[in-house]
This record gives sequence, structure tokens and C-alpha cells, in this order.
Amino acid sequence: MSEKFDVIVVGAGPAGSAAALVCARNGLNTLLIERGEYPGSKNVMGGVLFSKELRELVPEFWKEAPLERPVVDHRYMVLGKESAVNIGYKGMEWGEEPYNAFVVQRAKFDQWFAQKAVQAGALLINKTVVTECIVDKGKVVGVRTDRPDGDLYADVVVLADGVNSLLAQQLGFRKEHKPGDVALCVMECINLPKEKVNDRFNVKDNQGVAIEIFGEATKGNFGAGFLYTTNDGINIGVGTTVAAMVKDKLKPYDLLDELKSHPAIKPLIEGGESAEYLAHLIPEGGYRSVQKVVGNGAVVVGDAASLVNAINGEGSNMAMHSGQLAAKAIVQAKKRGDFSEAGLSSYRDALHDSFIMKDLEKYKDAPHTLESNPQYFKEYIPLVTKAVGKYFTVDGTTQRDKQKQIIKSFTEGKGTFKVLTDIYRVWKAVK
Amino acid sequence: MSVTTLEEKQYLLRFKCDKKSHLTILNHDVCATQCPDKLCTLFCPGEVYKWEGNRMQVGYEGCHECGSCRIGCPTENIKWEYPKGGHGIIFRLA
Repeated sequence: MSEKFDVIVVGAGPAGSAAALVCARNGLNTLLIERGEYPGSKNVMGGVLFSKELRELVPEFWKEAPLERPVVDHRYMVLGKESAVNIGYKGMEWGEEPYNAFVVQRAKFDQWFAQKAVQAGALLINKTVVTECIVDKGKVVGVRTDRPDGDLYADVVVLADGVNSLLAQQLGFRKEHKPGDVALCVMECINLPKEKVNDRFNVKDNQGVAIEIFGEATKGNFGAGFLYTTNDGINIGVGTTVAAMVKDKLKPYDLLDELKSHPAIKPLIEGGESAEYLAHLIPEGGYRSVQKVVGNGAVVVGDAASLVNAINGEGSNMAMHSGQLAAKAIVQAKKRGDFSEAGLSSYRDALHDSFIMKDLEKYKDAPHTLESNPQYFKEYIPLVTKAVGKYFTVDGTTQRDKQKQIIKSFTEGKGTFKVLTDIYRVWKAVK
Repeated sequence: MSVTTLEEKQYLLRFKCDKKSHLTILNHDVCATQCPDKLCTLFCPGEVYKWEGNRMQVGYEGCHECGSCRIGCPTENIKWEYPKGGHGIIFRLA
């Protein structure tokens, strides 16, 4: 099957399907290759998809896409050993069009989204691994697949092959991830009757809750847990960097079970039935780990390019947007007949002009600061839960003394200067 | 019921196993002599790796294809490929 396409997209996740959709809509002969049995069968996400970027591609997608609940209540929860501090926002406007975010189950969602590309004219082939890019005279000219006679040719290859992106490494576009730059996340989908979900989370049908969980969830390591409501159940998971797992000899599934049995979490999932257990890596290195995204005849999108904002929990929306930007650049390149790195470089420019690289740049020091200064997760977060507990406890201590004790708990053994330095450093990393 | 052990969790999954492993230990002696903690046996979310006293047993059939072992192996001793197209883990939900 030595066929020539305008565009070959490797990977039918949010980035790849978005790229294929936009290419096909613009009349390009587009092939979308997926290694799984179906799109989504290899993909994992805790579940929050912010709606804006998908809206640009499929207006009113909520009328047709397989979605769980729209998020109307987004919370942060900081866990102590047997305590929790909560903060959040619940807004009814999020439950109305155009919606802020939905919880999605990727196996269903990715199939739907890939079909949008197919309806626009792209050809989807599943169960096919791209083993390498075919390079001729310094330009990517196609892909080699694991099918017999499986060489396929195209003007441009879009690498949307996810966090591991072996192809970007093969091409020398990026180096292997460092263990501190990827978060290993494990999660479970738990079935629970709709009424129980509604009661426990104080919502109605078609209203969802997203909770990001810090502190004890990761045993004081850089990372987070999460709990999201699906239509008839809960997705719960936790992740921390591979570096932290290695250093503290953590078993990820043990972290998950400890989170599930935490006294602030257990009552929320009690009586539920585990339906699936999933593991995946998230590229959380941020701005500094985004490497070469454009080369001769190739572009890199989504997780493959490390386009994840770990601070705000954005990834799938960035993946879709990067796919769209890459496709637009390819359409322009086609008009000029120039598929060189220079001919495709408008993708890199558009990416840097978009919220994606602007947000990643804003937080460029955050992953490193938090990973290499364990005191934030190991010491300050537990102190915050204790301080809030003390603040709300009435035990005869005067309020003035309570305040003194709280401040002392932070500065003890460190000194005020060290604490102020630490506060300044983290503020600088996220400001 | 909510599952607790990893065996129970893995039992929830669907796999279409290839006959050939997509994960290869490059040198078992390196695991034996240079990696006292056998770290992959701990952090692998599918407990794919088991130390059998003198060699690393690779239960690739239960692999989630996450890539952690390739990145986390302190001696870069794991050759990591994707399973053949359509094979390996098949997630049905999230």
C-alpha cells in the first residue's frame, strides 16, 4: 500500500483528531493512524475537558458528543492525615451553554471525535503502529507501519503519538523525558448510582463536580489526586512524578488505595463498584520541556510536544488547539507547496502566540521549583491543614495566641527569613 | 465492590496479548548487580516486573503501556516498544 497522502496524522487522540479534522475540512487528503483497537483504547484522562477549544472545532459539540456531567463545582481539597481543607467555586453559569468544562470518558469521547475527522473526509485506520518516520534527504516523507508492506507517504506527518512520542525522539526533535518531568497517574472508574452521586456531591442530574486533591494524597510529593463525577459514578486517581515514585519507593496503586480510604474521601465513594483501573503518564515538565515542534515535513502536537499546563489541569484542550494550529499551518504550506521547516514554521509562531505557550511560559519555573524544593509539599501543605484546623478549633486559647502558634508552626526550625524566601520563590514561579 | 488489591484491579482490564513481549530487559546482570532496589518492581502500575532471584521476569501481558519503566529505570536497561497494532491493553472507559 504505497499510497501518497497530503497529511498523515499519527495518533487519534484529541490533538491528532483535531489536526485531521481541520486538514480534511480544508480538502487535504488526510490519513489518521491509530495503534489501538479504536481511538481512545490506549488513552487515559482523569476526565476534565475544558470546552472552549473544542467549541472552536465543533460548535455546540455538547448536542452530539458523548459527555459526562458539565462541571459546575470545581474544588481544591488539601488533605491532612485525617483532615481536609476545602476551597472551591460553584457557579450555575457553568451548567449552561457554552459550558466551562465537561467530565469525559476518553474511550467513548475519542471515538466520537475521531469520527468527526472521518465525517470531514479523513481516512482512519486502527490497529496500526507507526514504527518509524521515513526520512529522505533530511525531510520526513512518510511513515513505516507494522503492517505488511506498510510504508505510507505524505507531504507532512503530524506526530500526535502521545506522551512517549518515540517518533519525535527518533527524529531528534526531543530528548527522552527526565523522571522528574513526567507524572505517573493511576485511576479507577467507580460505578455509583446517579442518585448517590447527586446526594453526596450536592448536585442535580447533569451537574458535575471536579475536585483536585493535594497533600496527603501524594504523601507530600509533587503531584495531586483528583475526584471527578461521571454520570453514574466517580473517577478517582492520583499521580506524582516518576522521580518521586523512585525516590520514595512508592507503589502507585498503594497511593490510590490510601486516597480511597482517606476519611474525607471514603464516604464519597463508599458502596461503589470498581469498573476499570488505568495508568498513564502526563508530560508535566512545562515550558522548558517543549522542544522542537516543527521540522522538515513534520510537526509535533499535544502530549507528544509536552503541551500540558499541570498547574491549571489543562491538557486535552491544549492538545486540540495545537492540532488546529498545526493543521492551519499545513493548509498554508500546501498552498505554497513548501513543506520544509520554514514552510511549516507558522505553526511554531502560532503556538507561541497562543495561550498555550504563554501560559506554559508564565509557569516555566513552577514544575522545577516545586519538584526540587520538597518543603512545599512535604512541610508547608501539612502545616496549612493544621493551621486551618487550629483556626476553627475553639479550645480556650485566645485568638491572639492561636495566631502566634500558627505563625510559629511555620517558622519553627526554619526562621522567618527562610519562610519568606520560600513564599517569594513559589510566588515568583507562578506569578 | 470497590477493589483493593492490584490483582483485582488488573482483573478489571481487557488485554489482547501478543505472543511476543514488547518489553525487553537488555541485560539481566545489570538488574542483578547495579540495581539493589529493583525499582521497576515497585513503581510499575501493573506490577509487570518481578525479580526472580537472578533475572527480571517481565509479565508484559498486564502492561498499561504507560512508559514509566523506560523513563524510571535507573540503568536504562529496558527496551520499550509498542505492542503490535491492535494488541496490548484495551481501555473501555476513561
